[in-house]
Order: sequence, then structure tokens, then C-alpha cells
Amino acid sequence: MQTVIVVGNGMVGYKFCEKFVEASKNKEYKIIVFGEEPRPAYDRVHLSEFFENQDAKALEMAPAEWYKENGIDLVVDERVSDIQRGTKTIVTAKNKVFNYDYLVLATGSSAFVPPIKGVEKEGVFVYRTIEDLEGMLAYAAKLKETNPNAKAAVLGGGLLGLEAGKAVMDMGLEPHIVEFAPKLMPRQLDSRSSQVLQLKLESMGLNIHLSKATNQILGEEYITGMEFGEDDVLDVEMLVVSAGIRPRDELGKTSGLEMGVRGGIVVNNKMQTSDENIYAIGEVALYNQMIYGLVAPGYDMADVAVNQIIGNTEKLMPADIDMSTKLKLIGVDVASFGEPFMPASKGHSIIFENKTQYLYKRINVSHDGKKLLGGILVGDASDYNMLHQVYLNGMAIPEDPAQLILPASEGGSSFGDVMDLPDEAQVCSCENVTKGQICGAIESGEAKDLADVVSCTKAGTGCGGCKPMVKDITTATLKSLGIEVKDSICEHFDYNRQDLYKIIEVKGYTTFNEVLDSHGNGGHGCELCKPLVASLMATIHADTANKEYAIQDSNDRFLANIQRNGTYSVVPRVPGGEITPDKLIALGQIAKKYDLYTKVTGGVRIDLFGATLNQLPLIWKELIAHGFESGHAYGKSLRTVKTCVGSTWCRYGMAESVSFGIELENRYRGIRAPHKIKGGVSGCIRECAEARGKDFGLIAVEGGWNLYLGGNGGATPRHAELFAEQIDNETVIKYLDRYLMFYMRTAKPLQRTAAWQERLEGGLDYLKEVIIEDKLGIVEDLEKEMETLVNKFECEWTQAVNDPEVMKRFNHFVNSDEEDDNIVFVPMRDQKMPRQWS
Amino acid sequence: MSVVSSKYKTVKPDEVKVWFKAASVNDFPKDGGACVKYKDLQIAVFNFKRLNKWFACQNLSPEKGEMVLSRGMIGDHKGIPMVACPLHKKTFSLETGENLNGDIEPIATYPIKIEKENVYIGFSE
Repeated sequence: MQTVIVVGNGMVGYKFCEKFVEASKNKEYKIIVFGEEPRPAYDRVHLSEFFENQDAKALEMAPAEWYKENGIDLVVDERVSDIQRGTKTIVTAKNKVFNYDYLVLATGSSAFVPPIKGVEKEGVFVYRTIEDLEGMLAYAAKLKETNPNAKAAVLGGGLLGLEAGKAVMDMGLEPHIVEFAPKLMPRQLDSRSSQVLQLKLESMGLNIHLSKATNQILGEEYITGMEFGEDDVLDVEMLVVSAGIRPRDELGKTSGLEMGVRGGIVVNNKMQTSDENIYAIGEVALYNQMIYGLVAPGYDMADVAVNQIIGNTEKLMPADIDMSTKLKLIGVDVASFGEPFMPASKGHSIIFENKTQYLYKRINVSHDGKKLLGGILVGDASDYNMLHQVYLNGMAIPEDPAQLILPASEGGSSFGDVMDLPDEAQVCSCENVTKGQICGAIESGEAKDLADVVSCTKAGTGCGGCKPMVKDITTATLKSLGIEVKDSICEHFDYNRQDLYKIIEVKGYTTFNEVLDSHGNGGHGCELCKPLVASLMATIHADTANKEYAIQDSNDRFLANIQRNGTYSVVPRVPGGEITPDKLIALGQIAKKYDLYTKVTGGVRIDLFGATLNQLPLIWKELIAHGFESGHAYGKSLRTVKTCVGSTWCRYGMAESVSFGIELENRYRGIRAPHKIKGGVSGCIRECAEARGKDFGLIAVEGGWNLYLGGNGGATPRHAELFAEQIDNETVIKYLDRYLMFYMRTAKPLQRTAAWQERLEGGLDYLKEVIIEDKLGIVEDLEKEMETLVNKFECEWTQAVNDPEVMKRFNHFVNSDEEDDNIVFVPMRDQKMPRQWS
Repeated sequence: MSVVSSKYKTVKPDEVKVWFKAASVNDFPKDGGACVKYKDLQIAVFNFKRLNKWFACQNLSPEKGEMVLSRGMIGDHKGIPMVACPLHKKTFSLETGENLNGDIEPIATYPIKIEKENVYIGFSE
């Protein structure tokens, strides 16, 4: 058995282990990994996320058990201090000696701290490890005790520096970025894109100081400021140094390996150092006279070293390394690929810049206009994947290359079809999957749908950025094989939601089993089709969720929202957000009695958290006694109609927005739809109810209401579109009845109105033709159907607490009255919360 | 969490030493589940009416360590009877306990039988 020792357990060191385990299956190797840090390898690229949750585990590349399961000895908190090349042994700082056959140095780099006077003072940190961050957090907390407006600076406006800037901002300190160069991210961006990025970051509250050389750090024991010139001082109470990296190459030096003039251990294209049994990978390796500070080349190096050691000697590191990157810096897309800065002698640049939207796109094309050579994207990098592919594969570009970056015109993308990509085009760079592999998996019959493609090629399982492209390639390949790509809802039905809607309506089915037995594929249903049919039954027959509760989504089954620890939250309806003092007191008393965590929701009502299953009916009995009813916060149904106070109180109000909001909320309460629905009513154009961010929104204007349709917040925010102007209450209700019913009839499962409206062929004009001009001749039906739903409304919770059969559903155990003893709460700001997930 | 989950181990039919009488068949919803307490264990029991079969497995979601599987929806995935965890819709085979849409550790399953309208679950201790 041969022994491979890996020194360093960072991202690249871990990747080496992962690839080694995979490639050397059934071969006899012993792997020992040494890490200097106290924990297994973690994702340093996303270090700033540590501030959001302070959960080091979430950043782990793999848990400690993974190493054990794969027969790897992981030794953390132990630095390797010496290599004895003669005897092929290493010595650790704790004076332990180990033999190796192959040694892999993945020691990475450390933060470079420039020799500035005073840099040793308290309050100066580097940004590299979780321990660094913990130190910063503790120091920041101490600062804020005495000065809530404390300032912190980051030295270095490169990629890591800006990440550190975000970290500092998240800690609640006033963030300042100090950069020596005259622009941010000097290595990746040209001056104009850098300016666009700067404007955007400044708009988010970052203070940016360029062309600043720091003379000294001011202060006695601890930092109080930075001095740039004689009268040029920035007062700060904390400093994070992020001025670059230096390879951790001490072991190379002391053991006499060939070194670069400015550090780094020299390697050849096999990742071998000057000693053929010693490999170096990642940021410690000097390849082509370069240290590559990106994770992707590091992973490639790990792959080459693995292959060399197990004997696949033809696997070599390419001479040209693609330094293209796409990242989200403080929520801003930044990407560069190929040659971002191209001299005019090599080609032409095409630049699109829009500072009002913080957008910048530049592409560099060859003089003959036929080849894409590189580019830069700031603000919106959604075209990066495709542009990167076009560049990598030398694909033909449009006659007018500007089309590649101009905002999409009618008719969509100017890129060719994904199928124009050559087979060797790398689609997923994390898992190194080519287009050919994806097509191959489908053509061989191994993969029959997108899920199969993902599981057998691993494409899209890394960062996930390539998923849309993987999907497009899969769909196109299936089509080319004559396989129809259906939008059927799941494996149990060959129909989409709209088909099933018609089937149930025409045949008059009332139970799930009827639908499944007569129109299903012979299976027994699943978590996709059951709630879908439940929703259709609710729309078609005005059923509540109590009727066939076993097919309801978990939340609908228990008429409450399941939370992180399996307890539930309770949200009674507060129409329009109007509530009497007596009802407020009742809510408070009930919450207190059952020790519930209370919070005002985003939809202006009050959420009571932490109710156990057994407590739900008890709580609701009391709420109902005080005049409350279900708020349907758990359903794909109307949530709230948010209102501003309108002309009832407001001196600017043009109409009674509260009264109308209440009327609308009570009208549409309880109806089930493909997804949740929210409304908003504002009393004037100041729009305090944020009505245009809702599925339906009303704004009072001179002469009536302006009606907006199809907005939402969520992952893809969209403003609702102006549908009709200056209409009266009656017309609003007429249009809304028709609109909502039309949506409920034709949308896909879990499709909000915004997405549905966006994909509606003919767009808003078509919608107006259907709803206002009755182009399809259906408005009478739509109105009648809605009227039925409105008239048949019944509060599900009132039904539930009055029916002993239904009440049985809320016992945690069928054979005991005890409650779940697995639930643990911890205190938080005078209330309670579930303990953290381990 | 690992302490809790270590209590749940699949029991094979030939390992059953105790048949625990849990409740009457009528206490369980058709094509749905409910939770049974046995000593310090929580067992999810499903009445898979469409197959005329009963299944028992741990109530503990192996993904997050919460006692919720009995509140999940049941059905089948390519013919395999399964339950979907209500927290994040991870699906598990009711026959083998295997995670069908990911690589989470499998859940423990238990033998079950119906005698005189009563539901019995098999334990090895």
C-alpha cells in the first residue's frame, strides 16, 4: 500500500481528496491529510456568508465523517513543519513523523500584510480564516458598545477586499474601502466598468477612497485612523487588510525545492515540483511563472495531480489557463472572460454603459468582427455563460456583434441555439461536464429527463449557474430524438394543470382517487399531483381543505404553516390590516397564554409562532371566540390586501383605501389558486401600500382607481402592469373577478400571476382583450364561477374546531395525549425560537 | 440529533421480538399517516389504502432531525411507495427507507401487521 500525504486542508486540498477517492477506487492507497486550522476544509470563497448565519458548518466542503467514510486520516490543528526528502518523511509541529510515497503540498496562501508603520496595532485584522472573522466580530461588538457609529476600513479594493467590505458592513460598521490603485478591482476591470461598480457600491453605502497610499496606522495601543498624506487622514476604529496573498511556501524553501524569485513552489505541467515525488497545487504552486488565486484553476491542478499519482500520466495542466470569472460581489454581478483588457492592435471593443442602472457590458472582438476575444460585465452577468461558451469555442458571432450585449429586443435572444455549441463545449465548469456528455447521456437512453441528466452527469450540482443551459440542451436533445417534452405535472398524469382543470370540471369528479383512476398512469399519486388536484377541487367545487385532507400539502392539512422545528405558526385574518384594540389585546393574551413568539408579518398582520400540533385547535378555539377567522397564510390562496390609511385619516388621501381593501380581502378570502395571491390598495400616488408589488394593486387617482395587475416581490420582483385607469369600485371588482378566475383556470402549478402574465402569449394587450373586451366570450362564466366561490366561503378553522373527527388530526400521537418531546426552544430577545439545526 | 437518530434502526421481519399494539385501524387516515409512541420512539404509520398495505418508519426527518414524517404526503415514485417529508419534500421509500430524490441517509423501517382491526408494529426490543 502506498501512502499519499496531503499538506493543507483548504478548498483545493479537499478537492484533491474528493477526486482521489473517486479516481482511485479499488486501488490501494492510504491518504493522510494535515490541516493547520482547527476544522475541516471550508468554502473560503463564500466566507462573507459566515456573517449572515455564523454557522461554520454551513461552509464546510464535507463533514469530518466524510473523510472517515472514505478511509482518509484527517489530522486537523496540526501544522507540518518539515520535509525530509531523503527519507521521504514529514515532521509535524508536534514532532510526529510520517512516511510518504507521494507528498502533495496544498498549503495555499496567507494574507499579505504590507509593511506599514503601526500595522501591528490592536484592531487591525486580516481576512482569511473563520478565526479571523470571529476575531473581527468580537472586536466590532466591543466597538459598537461605546460607539454605535464606529467606522471600519478595508485596505485593498480587489475581489477579496470588497468581500471584506461586505463583511464589515454586515457587522453594522460604517464601511470604507481604501485602494492604492486609481480604480476598484484593477486586475479584473477596466476603468469604466470599475467606475460603474464604484457608483453602485457607493449607492449601497460603501465609502470608497482610491489612489491612497497608506503611510501609517494611527493610534496608541489600538487603531484610531489611517494616514495617507500629511493632512490626509481617515478616522477608523478597525482595519481589515486585504491587500493580496502570499503563497505559504515555507516547506518548499526549507526542503530545497525549486522556488520562484518572488515566492511560490515551481511546478511543471504534471504539478510536480523539482522533486518528482512531491506535488504542489493551488495557491502555493507557481505554474507558468504565475500564482493562480482562483479556485477553478486550483481544482484543475488537483485533478492533474490525482491523475499523475494514480498513473494516468497523459493528464496534464493546459498551458493556457482560463481566468474567466463570474461572481456576485455584495449582490452585484461582476464577470470577466477571455481578454478583458484588449489592446486596440488586436481588435475592437464594443461597449454598452448605463450608469443610471449601474450596467456595463464590454465585449472585445477580432478586427474582422468574427471572433469574440473577451469581455467584462458589471451589474448584469446573465449572459456570461453563453458569452463565455462563444469565446471558449470560437463560435461564430452575429454580423453585428453589438447584438450580443444590447438589451434583448422583441423576439428574444440574439445568441444562436444552444445546440450550435460544439460537443466539447464545457457547460458545467464545476463538474467539468461538456455538452457532448449531456447529449450522450440522453442519446444512449441512460437519461430520460432533466433529473436523470443531472444525476448521471453531475452537471449543475456545483454552483448551479449552468442549470438553465443544461435544461435547454436536455430539452433540445430530447426533441431532436422525437421525444415529446411534455409539461405534464408529474409521472402520474400525462396532463398539465389546465387539462386536468377541464377534465375535473367536465366529468364532475370530486375525489382524488376518481381523477387518478380514470385519467392517471396507474400509480398512486405524489407530493406534486395530490396538492394540485386538491387546489383544483377547491376552485371548481369551492371545497375547503378539510374535505380530503390526506391529499393536501402539509400546511393545508393542518391549516397552519409548519416551521423549522415541526411546530406551526398561526395567522388570523386581519382584513386590510385594520384591527380594534380589543382584538389586539386578545391576540396578545392568547399568545402569552400559549407562550408563542409574536411578530408582525410582511403582510401587515400578526404571526404567532411555536404552536405544537396539539395546541393548534386550542388556540384557534380562543381566536374564533374573539371574532377571528383563518388567515389562510398556509394556503396557496389570498393572503392579505395591504392598505395605507387613505382618506380616512391621511391628509393626502384621495379615496378610502382601507374600506376598499377590506372589501376586497373579504371577497377573495379562502379561494385556492395556483399560488398565493396578494393585493394592495393605496389612497394616493405616494403608494404607501406598495400596491404595484402585488398580484393586484389599486392606486386612487382623480376620478377613480388605477388597476395594476401581475406584480410580486419574491425571488424575481416585478412591478404590476397598469391595466385600467380611473375606474370605479364596481368595475374594479368586475375586472378582478375575471382576472383571478382566468389565472386560476390557466396558470401552471405554483406559478404566480407575475410569471403567468409574463408568459401569456400576446401579453397585456391580450389580457385586456379577454377581460375587458371579452374576446373569448367567457367573462360571464368567469364572473359566475367567482361569485360561487365568494358565496360559498366558509372558515376552515371554524369547521375544524366544531368537528370532533377533524380535531383528531391534531394529536401528535394516535396512542397518547403527550406532546412531541423532541421540540426544544431557546431564548431570544425576550421571546423564544427553535434551537439551531445541527 | 445524532443521539436521537441512533435510536432508530430498521427491524427486519425475522428480528421482531415485540409486536406492539399501537391503535385501531380507524385511528389512521386513509392514504395518510399518523404517529405512534413506543417507549421513547416515535414511529410514523401509514395506511396506504390504494395498495391495501400498511407501512411503519421513523417519524424523525433524517435531514433536519424533526419529528414530522408522519405528517408527510404519501404516494409512489416510479412504483415505489414513498413518503415526502413536509419540511423540504425529500422523499423516502416506505419499503427500504432509501431517500429517492437525494443522498440523505435512509430512514429506519419497521414491520407492521393488522390483526382484528388493530395495528401492530414490530420491534426487536
